[in-house]
Amino acid sequence: MEKFSKIKAIAADLQIMNVDTDMIIPKQFLKTIKRTGLGSALFYEMRYDQKGNLIKDFVLNNDPFNKAKILISGKNFGCGSSREHAPWALLDFGIRCIIAPSFADIFYNNCFKNGILPIILDENKVKELSEIAKQKKEIEIDLVDQKILKEDNQPFDFEIESFKKECLLNGYDDIALTLKKESKINNFEQKRKNITPWLY
Amino acid sequence: MSKTIYDKILESHLVEEQSDGTILLYIDRHLVHEVTSPQAFEGLRMTNRKVKSPLSTLAVADHNVPTTDRSKGIADKESAIQVETLSKNCKEFGVNFFGLNDKRQGIVHVIGPEQGFTQPGMTIVCGDSHTSTHGAFGALAFGIGTSEVEHVLATQTLIQTKAKNFRINVNGKLPLGVTAKDVILTIIGKIGTAGGTGYVIEYAGDVFRNFSMEERMTVCNMSIEAGARAGLIAPDQKTFDYIKGRPMAPKADKWEQAVNYWKTLFTDKDAKFDREIHLNANEIEPTVTWGTSPQDISSINGNVPDPTVEKNEDKKKSIIRSLNYMGLEPNTPIKDIKIDKVFIGSCTNGRIEDLREVVKIVKGKKVNKNVEAIVVPGSGLVKLQAEQEGIDIILKEAGFEWREPGCSMCLGMNPDQLKPQERCASTSNRNFEGRQGRGGRTHLVSPVMAAAAAIEGKFVDIRKII
Ligand code: SF4
Repeated sequence: MEKFSKIKAIAADLQIMNVDTDMIIPKQFLKTIKRTGLGSALFYEMRYDQKGNLIKDFVLNNDPFNKAKILISGKNFGCGSSREHAPWALLDFGIRCIIAPSFADIFYNNCFKNGILPIILDENKVKELSEIAKQKKEIEIDLVDQKILKEDNQPFDFEIESFKKECLLNGYDDIALTLKKESKINNFEQKRKNITPWLY
Repeated sequence: MSKTIYDKILESHLVEEQSDGTILLYIDRHLVHEVTSPQAFEGLRMTNRKVKSPLSTLAVADHNVPTTDRSKGIADKESAIQVETLSKNCKEFGVNFFGLNDKRQGIVHVIGPEQGFTQPGMTIVCGDSHTSTHGAFGALAFGIGTSEVEHVLATQTLIQTKAKNFRINVNGKLPLGVTAKDVILTIIGKIGTAGGTGYVIEYAGDVFRNFSMEERMTVCNMSIEAGARAGLIAPDQKTFDYIKGRPMAPKADKWEQAVNYWKTLFTDKDAKFDREIHLNANEIEPTVTWGTSPQDISSINGNVPDPTVEKNEDKKKSIIRSLNYMGLEPNTPIKDIKIDKVFIGSCTNGRIEDLREVVKIVKGKKVNKNVEAIVVPGSGLVKLQAEQEGIDIILKEAGFEWREPGCSMCLGMNPDQLKPQERCASTSNRNFEGRQGRGGRTHLVSPVMAAAAAIEGKFVDIRKII
């Protein structure tokens, strides 16, 4: 997984509430057996018309937002299915950070497994950032200090669980971390076999 | 200290807890399907890892399979490759797999309970958000992403944080014709699609006690539409009776032992909940969604909302967007909405009980001439059972299509899709833009409401029919 510490980039503003995973990546792209190559299908039905032509007024179709690394959106971002194709598509497009007032649980978790930082921020702060985004000005995200920097030198702080932060900063592979605890897991399993033997 | 049922299950699966609240949770059972697993198996191969507990894992193809004649295999090349990949992966890693021609094949969340794979007190995961369904048995069951699927395959654990406790009480008597689907849609309408975010929901009260296991599954299934990863109902005699004798249920002397343990799975009297709400069952009505989020609900006697009276700007924008997509005028009575298609099936309402209720409504009647209606049983065993009861005959005589089991038009990965602007009364769980096909318009309803709509060609108050 690619590490995340700091990025400074253009942000795209998508002020819609309840952006669901069907919007982010529709079903026809879930037939893949790979993780890569989904960027061109990101927000497919909002981005392309029925004939497959780019829809001009959709934000990600326009310069400089087609190079955005940050996405700013509304409440409950990523609701719906557990498809990790959603963060894969965002990442493949180039998005490394999503800022919204709230996220759906499964999507939020899936982001961290793919080197994407989801930031939860008060609604009025999100609105302020969305204005900056519309002006095509860059925003800087500093994960180490947990700050969002903008031109006015009045950075916003954000919260993140320390374990998730560690993993992002170092690009850790979760599974390798857990496998280090294998003997602990095996001991636990042994104990469980005694308490609930019908499960084994 | 008093504990909730969630606290109890969580504690009994805690391998480790870190100071920042991160926990390592042991996973008892893992369901796998073709869409969210190929990249996980590929990850194992690339790192030379094995599946830790193949016997705790059960795989089936359901999302991406045709529901028409399967004797010649899958016509769509990509779909065929995906299903074939699952089969190969299961063979390579020693995972139990129900193939397309196995009569046990079906939607993951239908076959788990059907096989007795799902049991109280377990932790159950699957790369699918509707894993919450299994909570109906008093299990902690939730959906995960593909990276987490790989993590569970390799370690039989998951890295998690604790959720908060949320109890939803529904007491009283449901009016005739009002179903489990109307109860859960009403709950989602009340708390919103993010209302359960960060929580595990416990459904309590006499309405859920009186529900059958199928009805409990319908409710827990849609917990995710309320934002909660998991929803559960404490197990009782009905739960035990449902499980007993199923192929993967505890056998012989282990059965007694299991039941004794399951009986400890309830919320203690003084347990604290972070949030609690109460609903009166008598007030719940047959419910229809009008928009593109499951929280956009209305009573059958209600009207499509009028954005001009909405004060909150964001909400107003969202209503306008939804109505535009749905092709509906503000203030239209729900009963005036005409439909083109009816879909009866999915992990929410594709079980035998659902089909039995549907035939009660359609027996001896005909599907409206303007409507195409399909019924897709949740599993091969549901299909067989229905055919033994003659349900298929009644449906076909009424003009419904009777299909092979799978997810079908719930998400339309296979050819079962809505065309642009087609309007559907659907017993599934999501009415998102494009969910059932690009430009397709979905109204979520109960099986009996869908059946009645198929006959009338528009939504009708089921209470006037039965
Ligand atoms: S029936 Fe629908 S909601 Fe259920 S598992 Fe299949 S696609 Fe998902």
